[in-house]
Amino acid sequence: MADAHFNAIVVGAGPAGSAAALTMAEAGLKVALIERGEFPGAKNVFGGVLYRKQIEDLIPEFWKEAPLERAIVEQRMWLLGNDSVAKFGHRNERYLDPPNCWTGLRVKFDQWFAGKAEKAGALPIYETVVTELIRENGRVVGVRTDREDGDLRADVVIVADGVNSLLGKALGAHQEWMPDQVSLAVKEMIALPKEKIQDRFNLEGDEGCTIEFIGQTAGMAGLGFLYTNQDTLSLGVGVMVSDLKKHHIKPYEVLDSIKQHPMIRRLIQGGEVKEYSGHLIPEGGFDALPPLSGDGWMLVGDAAQMVNAVHREGTNLAMLSGRLAGLTAIKAHQQGSFSAGMLKSYDDTIRASIVFKDLKKYRGMHSLMRDVDSELLFNKLPQALNDAVYQMLLVDGVTKKEKQKSAIKLLRSVAGGNMDLLRLGLKGWRAMNG
Amino acid sequence: MLHIVVCVKQVPDSREIRIDPKTNTLIRQGVPAIVNYFDLNGLEEALSLKDRFGARVTVVSMGPPSADKALKQCVSMGADEGVLVSDRAFAGADTLATSYVIALTVQKVEEVWGPVDMVFCGKQTLDGDTGQVGPGVACRLDLEQLTYVEKIEQLDEKRREIVVHRHLEDGIERVKAKLPVLMTAVAELNKPRRASLPGVLRAAEYKPIVWTTNDFANLDRAQIGLKGSPTIVGKTWVPEQKKIDTQMIGLDKGIESAATDLIGQLFSTELPAKLGWA
Amino acid sequence: MAEQTAKERTRSKPAVGLQPTGEVDWSNYRGVMVVVEQRDGVAKKVSWQLLGESRRLADKLDAPLLALVIGHDVEQLAKEAIAYGADRVYVSDSPELKDYRTRPYSRVCLHVIREFKPEIVLMGATYTGRDLAGAIATHLPTGLTADSTQLDVNEERLLMASRPAFSEKLLATILCKQFKPQMATVRAGVFEALPWDDSRTGEIVRVAPQMSADEIVTEVLEFVAEKSRVNLEDAEVIVAGGRGVGGPAGFQLLDELAKVLGGEVGASRVAVELGWIEHEHQVGQTGFTVRPKLYIAAGISGAVQHTVGMQNSDYIIAINKDPEAPIFKFANYGIVGDLFQVVPALTKAFKERVGKRQETPAGDRTPLHVM
Ligand SMILES: Cc1cc2nc3c(=O)[nH]c(=O)nc-3n(C[C@H](O)[C@H](O)[C@H](O)COP(=O)(O)OP(=O)(O)OC[C@H]3O[C@@H](n4cnc5c(N)ncnc54)[C@H](O)[C@@H]3O)c2cc1C
Ligand SMILES: Cc1cc2nc3c(=O)[nH]c(=O)nc-3n(C[C@H](O)[C@H](O)[C@H](O)COP(=O)(O)OP(=O)(O)OC[C@H]3O[C@@H](n4cnc5c(N)ncnc54)[C@H](O)[C@@H]3O)c2cc1C
Ligand SMILES: Nc1ncnc2c1ncn2[C@@H]1O[C@H](COP(=O)(O)O)[C@@H](O)[C@H]1O
Repeated sequence: MADAHFNAIVVGAGPAGSAAALTMAEAGLKVALIERGEFPGAKNVFGGVLYRKQIEDLIPEFWKEAPLERAIVEQRMWLLGNDSVAKFGHRNERYLDPPNCWTGLRVKFDQWFAGKAEKAGALPIYETVVTELIRENGRVVGVRTDREDGDLRADVVIVADGVNSLLGKALGAHQEWMPDQVSLAVKEMIALPKEKIQDRFNLEGDEGCTIEFIGQTAGMAGLGFLYTNQDTLSLGVGVMVSDLKKHHIKPYEVLDSIKQHPMIRRLIQGGEVKEYSGHLIPEGGFDALPPLSGDGWMLVGDAAQMVNAVHREGTNLAMLSGRLAGLTAIKAHQQGSFSAGMLKSYDDTIRASIVFKDLKKYRGMHSLMRDVDSELLFNKLPQALNDAVYQMLLVDGVTKKEKQKSAIKLLRSVAGGNMDLLRLGLKGWRAMNG
Repeated sequence: MLHIVVCVKQVPDSREIRIDPKTNTLIRQGVPAIVNYFDLNGLEEALSLKDRFGARVTVVSMGPPSADKALKQCVSMGADEGVLVSDRAFAGADTLATSYVIALTVQKVEEVWGPVDMVFCGKQTLDGDTGQVGPGVACRLDLEQLTYVEKIEQLDEKRREIVVHRHLEDGIERVKAKLPVLMTAVAELNKPRRASLPGVLRAAEYKPIVWTTNDFANLDRAQIGLKGSPTIVGKTWVPEQKKIDTQMIGLDKGIESAATDLIGQLFSTELPAKLGWA
Repeated sequence: MAEQTAKERTRSKPAVGLQPTGEVDWSNYRGVMVVVEQRDGVAKKVSWQLLGESRRLADKLDAPLLALVIGHDVEQLAKEAIAYGADRVYVSDSPELKDYRTRPYSRVCLHVIREFKPEIVLMGATYTGRDLAGAIATHLPTGLTADSTQLDVNEERLLMASRPAFSEKLLATILCKQFKPQMATVRAGVFEALPWDDSRTGEIVRVAPQMSADEIVTEVLEFVAEKSRVNLEDAEVIVAGGRGVGGPAGFQLLDELAKVLGGEVGASRVAVELGWIEHEHQVGQTGFTVRPKLYIAAGISGAVQHTVGMQNSDYIIAINKDPEAPIFKFANYGIVGDLFQVVPALTKAFKERVGKRQETPAGDRTPLHVM
């Protein structure tokens, strides 16, 4: 029995792994999907927003059956000051038909998504941890699990074990992530009656809204989020691990203080915290992308740092990479070769895809974060902007011209002078544009 | 070779069940279904007898079609076959009706795979929590009944004798009985094993056998399901949370004085009389 | 061998369905019967507690209160049953009934029930009670409610036995209209026995055993009393500790307080999981459900999984450093403070209060086994 041979083994039933398993199983490959959780999604954490495009490519019209929370019609970006907020945002009815994205809960979604792979014929092996890859003559030929008689062999192993990818490290694809390549996110699920959520966020029916916020992260590089689910809110904050280390602050302390912020407090008021969780987010971006394949293996999703942190896109890139890896495996199966050369075509398809192109666009982001003082970007500037807006809108007899002047002066002085403000602006522009 | 039947029930993980504070009803949605703990102890014991003596282990369960997952889990651990007895007509059964169907099932298992030497049940379920089905099945099949077994001390296959330790409130009873017997398992009996990888692979492809009412030739429809269940659930309610005025004892006058104060307060209640404190 | 085995195995095919056929007249079933559980001639407390509650039911029904005593050398229990409220006691006293065994005991029960027709039969929800009740109810057949915590009867003479469901989160009242007798097992410690009254009189009816010694194949080889077995469910005082107790040494402090109060030591799951104390001390959803007269929670936060197991205690005292700890919501008395100071102070204050007169009924107490 143990020498049952598979065409492919997928390690990890997150979005990336299930997408790969589904793609291959549908093509008739014999696939084993191994997941350490009691069931897929049992312990997985994200914000989270799920995007239509990459799921639709796998399962047409999936939204008619998938366990989704709310269809996002409005996205807001908040810059938090101490007791104020400056807001941007966009709401559009066109986001509804069909929706562009939804909020979702991993416990439900991952289970459903992996279920699709199971139905297509992938063999689920859950509550099972892959402890190492089995290699022969430099080639990956299978995995070792923590179960008795736990070796399993396959032509190819698709490594989809998430941000902490032990297997990726074992492959030498990457090292331990640097503290500035990952942020640590903590998140609370806060239960509130449906009607309250709809009222507070100006929503009808299954419409949803997301808020991202900058500021109030104790001067550390970080991003907060507040998303609406059916009858819960997801409130969280992700902070760069290097900053956490520097400041000796625990992420939940940041979250606790954000919960006290007057603009946040009233949105979550009366809610009951149902769940608390923490998870790493890859932030290395383009320059952290490891080699994606080798002799008998491919690396997908978070395990390969495929996250666009600026747009909080991760699941979609995970699914896309999973699908592309799956397609490569199908081709390899047809041609009867799983050599490094053959699997290299997966790297090529990634290169040609949005995964590569989007990450490349934001390539400079990572070094920007590293070079510019987080205190400036994530505390002083949002605060100064709030102060400036406050002054502009305050009717107190001072002329508008004076007001404009002092607002610019304020921003300039916070940034450390005229030239610095300009330079910062340029840097930011470049970081966002490859 | 020994033939052992293990009765398992799929139950909602009752620890995860909450009460909707508004409607006072159970929130079962999203509550994971698991194999009743003690049933796994029964299965483990059957499997370890299989390891030692060689045995055929047949698992039976009455429940909805989704209970096939429970049987697959048992197969992944090493059971030879899983039988799901499933039919809308069985729904709503109390322990009397359940023990009837399970007894019929065991009889049918005997017809198909030969005489049964032992039946294991769990000491009780997490949801029904009665511990009555085991004795009910034993009674109907006229098997010797050994409840709350925490150890099988000895099994003499030739003489068809078994010595077990029964776990009682105040001690342990060593009992000798003749096969065939029905035993109910307590948690102390063993630690259920983790399935091996080949076991998981086998289970993933395994399809449990399903029997419906039509598969039982001599089934009396008056004795199954809701109709065959003499107990009726009347009203259900959520126990009222006692309203308690907590009296806080401050430490401002020191710990000793607080302690004396608290003990003094206790002595002004009915406790000293009831507990015989002086 | 094969042949013999096969013969042995082909028991006469039992009548799996035991439904009574035809119309049965249940109207001549009268009386509430308690099956008394005993070991070596000593009755389990729950039996007398049940007689206490059943007296109320019988009076309400205007029916006799019956007791059934089975065993060997148990004559005196019949008299005790009367002193505790029974009007009539059936006694089956015989050497082969010395140890509890399902078959011979259930035969006696079935005989008494069929012969004397009580409308309600109750027994303790102990291991033995559940074993016996399950067998009898199936044989009769009749409905059986397990582990009841409330009993009543209505105008239709129906027994309304209520029991907790889903880890105590819900209570349900169960009725049996179809058959007689109506049966229930009842949790220990819920009801109170009537005061002993040996001036009461009652009838004693002797019942012959229904199986001869050589018909009984099951043999009780020995009974090993477990002195060290913690009996939380019967404890009247429990001093429980959680993560705040910090380790086995902390539990010694709790044990000292438990000792002077004449109680047992309990624990939260965390403390058990950390290996500070054995599982048999665990209170809560995956441990024991207890309802002592006094429950002292030291260094326990009061997670719902713990409180479902102890919230029905008569008095609860919480000792916790954290004033926000949810346990205080359940407590009659709360002390915000360090248990390492408060617990010894309580031990001392209690000793002083009861003075030298109080010596713990040490024989009743289980020594603490901390790990
Ligand atoms: C707080 C937070 C908010 C986010 N918000 C969003 C958002 O709004 N939108 C978005 O698109 N993305 C978001 N992301 C990113 C997104 O969650 C990830 O990019 C995505 O889940 C990656 O998918 P994956 O399949 O590669 O990895 P994962 O989802 O991490 O899945 C890996 C799986 O592998 C399993 N596994 C790991 N090791 C082993 C092993 N050795 N053996 C067996 N199984 C193993 C794990 O249990 C897990 O199920 C967010 C992330 C976080 C942390
Ligand atoms: C499925 C499931 C089943 C469970 N079943 C059970 C169960 O049966 N029983 C059970 O108990 N739990 C059970 N639990 C666990 C339960 O949820 C809690 O985790 C557990 O009860 C907490 O134990 P605790 O109060 O000892 O620890 P904590 O929650 O860590 O609390 C320790 C407390 O001690 C206080 N403290 C610390 N030091 C001191 C000091 N020196 N003096 C005074 N106070 C101090 C702290 O303020 C804190 O309030 C279960 C959980 C699950 C998920
Ligand atoms: N529907 C069922 N299918 C199979 N076995 C059952 C079922 N219900 C109860 N049992 C068995 O009987 C034992 C006692 O159940 P209960 O009387 O409900 O507490 C369980 O532990 C199972 O072994």
